[in-house]
Amino acid sequence: MTAADWTTVRLTAELAALTTVLLLLAGTPVAWWLARTRSVVKPVVAALVAMPLVLPPTVLGFYLLLLMGPQGPVGQLTQALGLGRLPFTFAGLVVASVLYSMPFVVQPLQQAFEAIPERTLEAAATLRASPWDRFFSIALPLARPGLVTASVLGFAHTVGEFGVVLMMGGNIPGQTRVLSVAVYGHVEALEFDDAHRLAAGMVAFAMLVLVTLYVVNRPARREAGRPR
Amino acid sequence: MIAATLRLPRHGFTLDVDLALPAQGVSALFGPSGCGKTTVLRALAGLERAAGRVALGSEVWQDDAQGLFVPTHQRALGYVIQESALFPHLSVAQNLDYGRRRIPPAQRRIAVDQVVELLGLGALMARRPDTLSGGERQRVAIARALATSPRLLLMDEPLAALDAARKAEVLPYLDRLHRELALPVVYVSHALEEVARLAHHLVLMDAGRVVAAGPMADLMARLDLPTARGEGAGVVLDAVVAERDTAWQLARLQVGPAGGAGDFSVWARDQGLPVGHAVRVRLLARDVSLARGPLAGSSIGNQLQGVVEAIADDEHPSLALVRVRVGASPVVARLTRRSAHALGLQPGVPVWAQVKTVALME
Repeated sequence: MTAADWTTVRLTAELAALTTVLLLLAGTPVAWWLARTRSVVKPVVAALVAMPLVLPPTVLGFYLLLLMGPQGPVGQLTQALGLGRLPFTFAGLVVASVLYSMPFVVQPLQQAFEAIPERTLEAAATLRASPWDRFFSIALPLARPGLVTASVLGFAHTVGEFGVVLMMGGNIPGQTRVLSVAVYGHVEALEFDDAHRLAAGMVAFAMLVLVTLYVVNRPARREAGRPR
Repeated sequence: MIAATLRLPRHGFTLDVDLALPAQGVSALFGPSGCGKTTVLRALAGLERAAGRVALGSEVWQDDAQGLFVPTHQRALGYVIQESALFPHLSVAQNLDYGRRRIPPAQRRIAVDQVVELLGLGALMARRPDTLSGGERQRVAIARALATSPRLLLMDEPLAALDAARKAEVLPYLDRLHRELALPVVYVSHALEEVARLAHHLVLMDAGRVVAAGPMADLMARLDLPTARGEGAGVVLDAVVAERDTAWQLARLQVGPAGGAGDFSVWARDQGLPVGHAVRVRLLARDVSLARGPLAGSSIGNQLQGVVEAIADDEHPSLALVRVRVGASPVVARLTRRSAHALGLQPGVPVWAQVKTVALME
């Protein structure tokens, strides 16, 4: 591994970690709302969240580029606020990753919340727990497997994204060159040995992550010795 | 007094009830499945938003006229449902503590130790809900509700998910509840058996409306109500253990106003209760037959002299229900109309009621 490789790995990890944290914070309320609402706009919100699952990443990246570019509304806003332009920066990658990895965090959380019976939350209400209290004392602990799945998928999926990064961030070492882009660059340059180092590392990482996930989320075994 | 006026359109019917339940003892909401009794309970708890007013004594929980609606978590109530809804990620002890630590210490009238003892949970405290039997889960759910020192306990078919053995395991605990804690209970059930055993006040519901409401004994003696149809028809009477015949393992129960005029005795299986103990007896209409005079040479030991008070048609055209006044208490008998005709039964006619089985309920 060269110094440049390590820079790439660190940048990728930072991007994935930051994206995951932001998504857990923003995605949990969205998932909770989707799981509990009877609103007529629920399908629309659910569809928006799921968009990145079906859209080609380049399409999403293209529109984000337009939105955040100097002429785009978001771009003009960030410039007016003195934040500069987002495309081809680390911050721009974070914004793009949050949107792109959204369904991988929101959907497991939503399913975990939906699996909590209404009567369990009602029982908490009759035991004097306020809505916030019910969320933190009952819903979150019961949704723990969903939280773990959401974190792992959010992280891993951000590590694996390519199309959006290419459109939004390009290939600037130390700023926007993440692993997937670096592998692509090495292959383009016919540096197969360099590509192998990174690619094999990612395969191993993916395997490790998934095995860990399945071990952690294994259904708890029943305690032995049930009476009668 | 628990007062509730509730209106809520449901599919098929509109719930429209006006309830005034006593502030002590067990009030049962009884009726067929889907008659709206669960909705009433949920509305009392604030889990369902019906239009109207709900008040527990001077404490108003909902009053649409004032735009007042106290959310569920601010109502001093306990709520127990069929599925128990224990928190699966908490131990039994933590489940019991969940509600208790959410009320101010000054309001803790019922101690955890007390409910643990009352419901026999001592050995279960460290266990997880998924390792408990159905009956144990239900007892924990009741204890969990009681640990919040509620001013009203709402129970929605708490025994319906249990088999007969588990039911028999939980019932005695329910019996002890209101006696030891002086806590008003509203109990929803479609099982007359449970209601006859537990309830003091009865509200009969059908299709979202109240058909009749009043003291248990009064309603069970009426011939015009749905409770007089079916196998469960029969009177429920208060009694006192007056004498124990240890040789034959029988107990003599004094039925009717204590020591007053118009009481009478019946013999039942001795269940080990001491003399002077207050009990409740249930005389099923199908176990009562009538004769114009005392029967000699009969195996039936309980023969009560009375006067026919009322006769009504039963569900099947061959059957009639006859209410006989024995002393101060009513006894209902189910006969064929042919027998009633042959005996010349009509109000005012003196008869002897033979009671084959007396069900003693502690």
